[in-house]
Amino acid sequence: MPLRGGFPVLMRNDRRNSPLHHRKTDHALSSLVSLAISAAGPARDQARTRWEPIVTECLKIENLYKIFAKSPQQAMQMLAAGSNKEEVLAKTGAVVGLNNVSLSVPAGAIYMIMGLSGSGKSTLARCINRLNEPSSGKILLDGEDIVGLDEERLREIRRTRISMVFQHFALLPNKRVIENTEFGLKLRGVPLQERRRRAEEVLSVVGLSRWAFHFPHELSGGMRQRVGLARALATDADVLIMDEAFSALDPLIRTEMQDELLRLQRTFKKTILFITHDFQEALKLGTRIAIMSEGELVREGTPQQIVLEPKSDYVAAFTREIDRSRLFDARSVMTAAHAVTRMQDGGVAGKFLVSGEAAFVVDSDDRILGALSAVDQLKANSGTSLNSLISSDYIAVPASAKLVDVARVYRTGQPMAVIDDSGKLIGTLAAEQILSRIAATSSPQPSSFGDQNV
Amino acid sequence: MFDADDLYIFPVDVWIQDGVQWLALNLRPIFLAIKWPVETLLSFNDYVLHEIPFPVFVILIALLAYRLASGGIALFSAIALIAIAFMGVWSEAMTTLSLITTAILICAIIGVPVGILCARSDSVWNIVRPVLDVMQTTPTFVYLVPVVMLFGVGTVPGEVAVVTAAAPPLIRFTNIGIRMVEKEMVEAGLAFGANNRQLLWEIQLPLAIPTILGGLNQTVLTAMVMSVVVAMIGAEGLGLVVLQGLGRLDVGRAAVGGIAIVLLAMMLDRITQKMAQPKDQKAKSLLRNLLGLLQIGGVGEPLSTPPGRPAA
Repeated sequence: MPLRGGFPVLMRNDRRNSPLHHRKTDHALSSLVSLAISAAGPARDQARTRWEPIVTECLKIENLYKIFAKSPQQAMQMLAAGSNKEEVLAKTGAVVGLNNVSLSVPAGAIYMIMGLSGSGKSTLARCINRLNEPSSGKILLDGEDIVGLDEERLREIRRTRISMVFQHFALLPNKRVIENTEFGLKLRGVPLQERRRRAEEVLSVVGLSRWAFHFPHELSGGMRQRVGLARALATDADVLIMDEAFSALDPLIRTEMQDELLRLQRTFKKTILFITHDFQEALKLGTRIAIMSEGELVREGTPQQIVLEPKSDYVAAFTREIDRSRLFDARSVMTAAHAVTRMQDGGVAGKFLVSGEAAFVVDSDDRILGALSAVDQLKANSGTSLNSLISSDYIAVPASAKLVDVARVYRTGQPMAVIDDSGKLIGTLAAEQILSRIAATSSPQPSSFGDQNV
Repeated sequence: MFDADDLYIFPVDVWIQDGVQWLALNLRPIFLAIKWPVETLLSFNDYVLHEIPFPVFVILIALLAYRLASGGIALFSAIALIAIAFMGVWSEAMTTLSLITTAILICAIIGVPVGILCARSDSVWNIVRPVLDVMQTTPTFVYLVPVVMLFGVGTVPGEVAVVTAAAPPLIRFTNIGIRMVEKEMVEAGLAFGANNRQLLWEIQLPLAIPTILGGLNQTVLTAMVMSVVVAMIGAEGLGLVVLQGLGRLDVGRAAVGGIAIVLLAMMLDRITQKMAQPKDQKAKSLLRNLLGLLQIGGVGEPLSTPPGRPAA
């Protein structure tokens, strides 16, 4: 049996429906104390489902091509026959913008499209609201293909479903902040009073109420982009395209705006397509990241998946300088709690986790009552009251705590527990686990999270 | 045989003569139709400008200059107008001014829409552009020939010549102004679902206004020049004063006409130039600019908040 991190731990399984769970529960109930060590397999599945809260596919792109040429047919045929971008350019003079891109964006995600300049990331974003006309392929917004829409319906979609934030803000210099904010609503024909009210609401959300009647040139870069964001939010579109939205801002303001976006996203839950050339930004904001190169999608996955398993030198180059301790949380490296031991004993009623070195005793709600050292576990097995054995000499960290913070509270000799939002014990952590994750190189290696794509 | 004089000369002059005669005879209703609105507008402007008492007009122009440009230019305008009046050519100056204002109106009515069309369609621009090239490279003097042939002599045919000469810059600048609007701005309009009309009125025209006003400045100056030249085909105004002075070898009279022309030209140039470069570096909206021309204040102020809302 594979023991992870050298810690044989009796683990709790919280997948209530799994047959494994029932079997073990029954087993545990049948005896006072039992030792059970589970394989890491179920823990891996559990981790994956937790990290990817895929609700619905809001936006799905299928086999999208964009070729910049008067007649793209020849280039399309060459691509279909397996030619690359350079060959097509040399032979037909056509520039391949997007080469067979397929991806799906879950509703409510911040989906990052990452790539160097010329990789086609902006082209892809602009195809979605058809500022660029795709050459072939499908863009499905809740099942409706945007590529085939007539002008009237496309305008409708642009007015109500998809809005956009621009790199250089694209605010109208002759309009006041509030007029810029209500711009989308004005185009839609919303009456003045109503759109003013809505614009005022949105401006207060981005913290610019005081500036409503100023002109854009009176504002700083960060504030202007807040107006750009407010303008996009005002239309109530559920899909937001942010084309290098923060790239023109200086680093401090950029960080501030990123935090602002994350804050707003908690309230608005938009589906955001965020174009960036900054991998740090992609990691910080992204629910998922798609990496583009030469018009092709070369890697797609969660930030953690991509850093752990870049799969190509191109992607690995981005991940090399990444501070892993800020990217990965306790949940991603913990040994998940699996098997259950239930014991009735004097004042302490509860399950407990047993291992060779440390274990945790939990109550019926899986909240930690105390830690149990290896020696004390033997005593417990031989009938000593748990009440007298458990100690409060342990550390509990939240599952979402980044490793950089976990490392800060680590103390040698103290067992470390990982708890979820409601205080339930979900796993344990050892120093080796933290260290090995932080020190991991970018070379392709098997991941413990499984792989989704490419 | 290599001497140019020995060559057979094509009778181009005869062809043109015949062609123009044919045009004048057969298309007379068309030229009359063109002449009529010009004549109506011109006589109205002429009437109004002559009827306004001289001091009132000076004050009006000074106010207009103050509103559109600056106090200095308002002062200069007032002094220039008073000087013109005291040189005894007030009536002639008003005639010239009516020629110019009429020309500006007609140019704006024709030129801006044509410029917009050119900006929106490359094929229209490819047709209009060579025509503008020819119109702008033709010496103003040469315009007079076809105008006399087709419209006759006098102030109204003169006005037709003024309009023809003054329209190209406005068309050009309107076209360029709209084409030069930043791509991202146009994309912003499209991304939020603007249709063609909204794109034009909400984004392209307002952002092109400074350039269009630059074109207007050129148009005004060309109209000024042309309004003097058309004296040769019998148009009245300051040009006629100069022409008469020259004809009679009356240098003083000619100089008075010349000075009045220069003053009027400088005044118009300064006012329209300032319009093209807004005072406080912020582009005004189309509506605000147009209403600014009519001296209507307080437009575009916030609706739900008093104008003087304190800045942060």
